[in-house]
Amino acid sequence: MSETTSDILLLSLGVITLLVALTLFGEVMRGRLPVGQTNPVVETFMQRVHSWWAIVVLLTLATLAGEIGLLFLFGFVSFAALREFLTFAYKRKADHLSLALAFFVILPLQYLFVGMGWTGLFAVFIPVYAFLLLPIVSALRGDSNRFLIRVAETQWGLMISVFCISHVPALLSFEPAGERSILLILFLVMVVQIGDLAEYYCGRRIGRTRVAPGLSPKTVQGMVCGVLAAAATGALLHWTTPFGPGWAAMLAAVASVTGMFGSLVFAAIKRDKGVKDWSHLIPGQGGFLDQMDSVIFAAPVFYHLTHLIWT
Amino acid sequence: MVRVAALPRLLAARIVGHALTFVARFVIAVRADWRGIEPVPRQRVYFANHVSNADMPILWSVLPSALRRRTRPVAAADYWLKTPLRTFAGRDVFRAVLIDRRPEARTEDPMERILEALDEGSSLIIFPEGNRNMTEDPLLPFRAGLYNMGRARPEVDLVPAWIANLNEVMPKGEVIPLPLICTVTFGAPLHVGPDENKDAFLSRASAALAALAPPRPDDIR
Repeated sequence: MSETTSDILLLSLGVITLLVALTLFGEVMRGRLPVGQTNPVVETFMQRVHSWWAIVVLLTLATLAGEIGLLFLFGFVSFAALREFLTFAYKRKADHLSLALAFFVILPLQYLFVGMGWTGLFAVFIPVYAFLLLPIVSALRGDSNRFLIRVAETQWGLMISVFCISHVPALLSFEPAGERSILLILFLVMVVQIGDLAEYYCGRRIGRTRVAPGLSPKTVQGMVCGVLAAAATGALLHWTTPFGPGWAAMLAAVASVTGMFGSLVFAAIKRDKGVKDWSHLIPGQGGFLDQMDSVIFAAPVFYHLTHLIWT
Repeated sequence: MVRVAALPRLLAARIVGHALTFVARFVIAVRADWRGIEPVPRQRVYFANHVSNADMPILWSVLPSALRRRTRPVAAADYWLKTPLRTFAGRDVFRAVLIDRRPEARTEDPMERILEALDEGSSLIIFPEGNRNMTEDPLLPFRAGLYNMGRARPEVDLVPAWIANLNEVMPKGEVIPLPLICTVTFGAPLHVGPDENKDAFLSRASAALAALAPPRPDDIR
């Protein structure tokens, strides 16, 4: 077994121990209720823990399968996220072809470029070429009704669901880490998620000042706790990256704070569209976009920072 | 009793049925929103809006499997008996109650077949508009069938089910379907009132179904 593989297994083992503890905790809470009764808070908690099990198992298997596994996993996540976003986007019949192109041509090509390691093309393909091509395809149908809204919503969907998410597997081509670049992906996902969890928990305990009143229950105190927790986790996990503890903590903190603001942006979009969750596909957590919102914003920033720090 | 010769066909039908449900749930991501009722095994007639040929398979596959096994769509015999493949799908996979919708050619009353299926204990899926709705209106006027069923078997729940988004998945004239999320919203069950006449009931049923439709983007802005 190579060192990278054993490190992946070590990380998963840590997370699985945590999940076993959470599952046992939930089962004990269930067991303490009288027979035939259920507590909705406990049930939601257990549903989330079960979804977490699925996510951890999938991510571990994909990571062990290597580059192909991760490309397919995140390619599917992009597909599911784009499907959720475009379901609520404003569209007309004239956009049918450009939407089909987004799903079946642009998304696979973006992941192909990531897989081939063509970093130059991967960085400009969606923001330049897709953005110019799709409005042309829509315009050719001759329907100008709310044209700018239609084009803007489709492009934003591609930007966050495909462009941003594809930065996670793109970390694989981070040269200085070599074969161990795969561990950077686990580092990113773990620090962002732990930051979110700490933000949620602390926000409910000691939160006072709302960051965006009327939009989200996020508080300044909760966010500070979350960023500190992410930084501490980053320092602890610095051995998975080519950086020292200081840089790792800084990277984790920046990724985490970007992610939290990303989640705020998604709250605003959902409010605008009048939906609570993007879909129902992950039990207890809503849709893929609900689950990924912070990682989506954190990924490109994390990607560019790792490259900047190294040079 | 099942004849031995029919077994492979039965098995094939079950496999195709599961495959269809899998595709519907993971590729088109259809979901059920049980707003007015719970998905419990009561005898019901689900009546839905009809914009696309995919409506019936979508509604059928969104039901929990225990309910799906006891639910039969009411469908047009001239469509489902046209080719051997369609006959297999209609008769064996969906176990449709096939009715002849051409009054001049038919030899038996479609309502008899429908009541027969209800008396066997099956739930039904029907599209009371009769045809696919190609207009801009949310619903076409309902045919009398729904009223006749409710009158003849008053204990059966008549459940409105709105299928949303399918017309965006594949608008008329397009070839490539878009993988958007479809939702089927189930409303509160209706029954024909003791002295309610046909037109009053049908417009009440139509309004109950239309009320389940999500607001159109044009209405919001």
